[in-house]
Amino acid sequence: MKILIIEDENDMLQNMQETLEKENLLVESASNIKDAMGKVGVYDYDCILLDITLPDGNGLELLKELKNRGYNDSVIIVSATDSLDDKVLGLDLGADDYLPKLFHMAELNARVKAVLRRRKFDGANILQVENLAIDIDAHQVLVDGKILALNRKEFHVLLYMCTNKGRLVSKTALAEHVWGDYIDQVHNFDFIYSQIKNLRKKLTDHKAKVEIKAVYGIGYKLISI
Amino acid sequence: MKLLNYTTTYFAVILIFLLAIWALFFYFEIMDEIYDSLDDSLDNQKMLLIRKAREEPDLLNMATEFEEGNFTITPTTLEEGLRFIEEFRDTLMFMENEAEYEPVRLLESVFQQDGSFYKIKVVTSMVEEDDLRKELFFSILYLYAGLIVVILLLNSFLQKKAWKPFYKLLYRLEKFSIEKDREIKYEKTNIDEFRLLNEGVDRLLKKSLESFKSQKEFIENASHELQTPLAISINKLELMAENPNLNSGQLEELGKVLNTLERLIRLNKSLLLLSRIENRQFLEGEKINWNLQVKHIINDFEDFAAHQKVVISLSENGDFESTGNKDLIVILITNLIKNAIIHSVPNTTVAVNITSNTIEFENSGTKALDGNKIFNRFQGNEKAGSSGLGLAIAKAIADRWNLDLSYRFINQKHRFTLQK
Repeated sequence: MKILIIEDENDMLQNMQETLEKENLLVESASNIKDAMGKVGVYDYDCILLDITLPDGNGLELLKELKNRGYNDSVIIVSATDSLDDKVLGLDLGADDYLPKLFHMAELNARVKAVLRRRKFDGANILQVENLAIDIDAHQVLVDGKILALNRKEFHVLLYMCTNKGRLVSKTALAEHVWGDYIDQVHNFDFIYSQIKNLRKKLTDHKAKVEIKAVYGIGYKLISI
Repeated sequence: MKLLNYTTTYFAVILIFLLAIWALFFYFEIMDEIYDSLDDSLDNQKMLLIRKAREEPDLLNMATEFEEGNFTITPTTLEEGLRFIEEFRDTLMFMENEAEYEPVRLLESVFQQDGSFYKIKVVTSMVEEDDLRKELFFSILYLYAGLIVVILLLNSFLQKKAWKPFYKLLYRLEKFSIEKDREIKYEKTNIDEFRLLNEGVDRLLKKSLESFKSQKEFIENASHELQTPLAISINKLELMAENPNLNSGQLEELGKVLNTLERLIRLNKSLLLLSRIENRQFLEGEKINWNLQVKHIINDFEDFAAHQKVVISLSENGDFESTGNKDLIVILITNLIKNAIIHSVPNTTVAVNITSNTIEFENSGTKALDGNKIFNRFQGNEKAGSSGLGLAIAKAIADRWNLDLSYRFINQKHRFTLQK
């Protein structure tokens, strides 16, 4: 799986690259539109992470050009402008997702994975982790072929943790993903513990071969057992 | 006191004194004139009588009393005749027609005829001084009232006309809000002072607006520029926390740094949002059904509420619909619900009540908050870790879409009401 990150802020680029490489993805980068056009012309990418404000122009122009040329690389717009216009315009132009800057690494990972999954399975949107099969569209989880009944929040917690398997997911990242973007207003995420506790119990009861471990002070990590 | 009344009051006081002095002066002048003319006519009459007495000496014995005539002639002694000085004086005399004593002017004099001295008294009825004073007093009073009325009318007409630009400016300044208005309209005027005043106010206002605008822009730019370094730092820490070589103590420390950094990010986000709303960057609006959003947010916050030992109850008595920006409306509701949960006494209920015109958020509390300050920035009785901007943002959003957000403390309950 090949990813292209188009981002002019070097530190930002490094962070994104590092986190995606941990997922065994092949990551390349460009820091302006010219370089990016060169790379896109030569290679096929499964996912392009596109910053909107670039030194030589607007990232949306690049997106337009890609679509005009008929490339079907998936594009996730990464924007610091946080403006609704960019979001609407970007999605209209054919971007697959929009990620406002100031995201958590876990969120970036989840978004990229979601895009890649959609490309890969073409319809059957299923995430397989150990003996768990998560049908994302049907909101259903099977453990060794048997249905694991989860409520909406438990399902999203499990999906997020599985997408970020083996990685540390901060409570904030998890809360924002599952409980909504504005849950960050509460600035105390201990409340997510009750859902985690229920989920853990269900996973153990169904003999799932994964475990959600607490990382004290930061968050949680899903690991194989 | 109004400017108009102020001048009129001065006029009224000054006029009383001026008119009183003038009336006194006028009265004495008139009296003087009247005496003068009376005395002249008495003198003339006296001379006519003396001449007549010389021609008809009978007269000397006929008029010893005031009967049909208005004079008396009585003989007198030589010594007295020589000593006597002619004099005018006021005296009283019984009038048959009026049946009372009336003031008369009397001239007393002495003349000599055929070696004998005679005293002559000539009287003439005087104008009734009382009446004159009364007349004069009322005339002055009428004049005074008339003048005051005329001055009032003239004043109000002329002043109003002349001060029109001033009052218009005053009215507009009163209505002016630095948050909402871009400029102020000035009345055209030919009066130099008002033109200068308008120019001065205009200059001041432009300067204030400019600095207000640049201050807002500065906050927006600053918080916008802070976003990238903050994002980089938090991402670096997240990556660092994944380092398997870290022990639990180090992870805990890292967690604390992350928490603090996240607090900074929240604060920065709130500041950015607030300045964006105030800079009116959210222009587009769509029709929003608030009930759906409220339900959605209550669902998101249920776990948090349960953790705080608070129950959220929703009662819908109508659909609250309005035009607005969905993201902002979600933030507004979020802030109010979050606020209600955080500040609730444990084991109580946060009640959300929706009607077609209002949404109420009610939660338990111990004492009333200062309703004047509660919507100001960094003013709330916020718990540690909060940005202190939640209610300021809520208010800014409500204002932005012309909704009224108010606070009341009733029956030991905080109540925030949104009203169309």
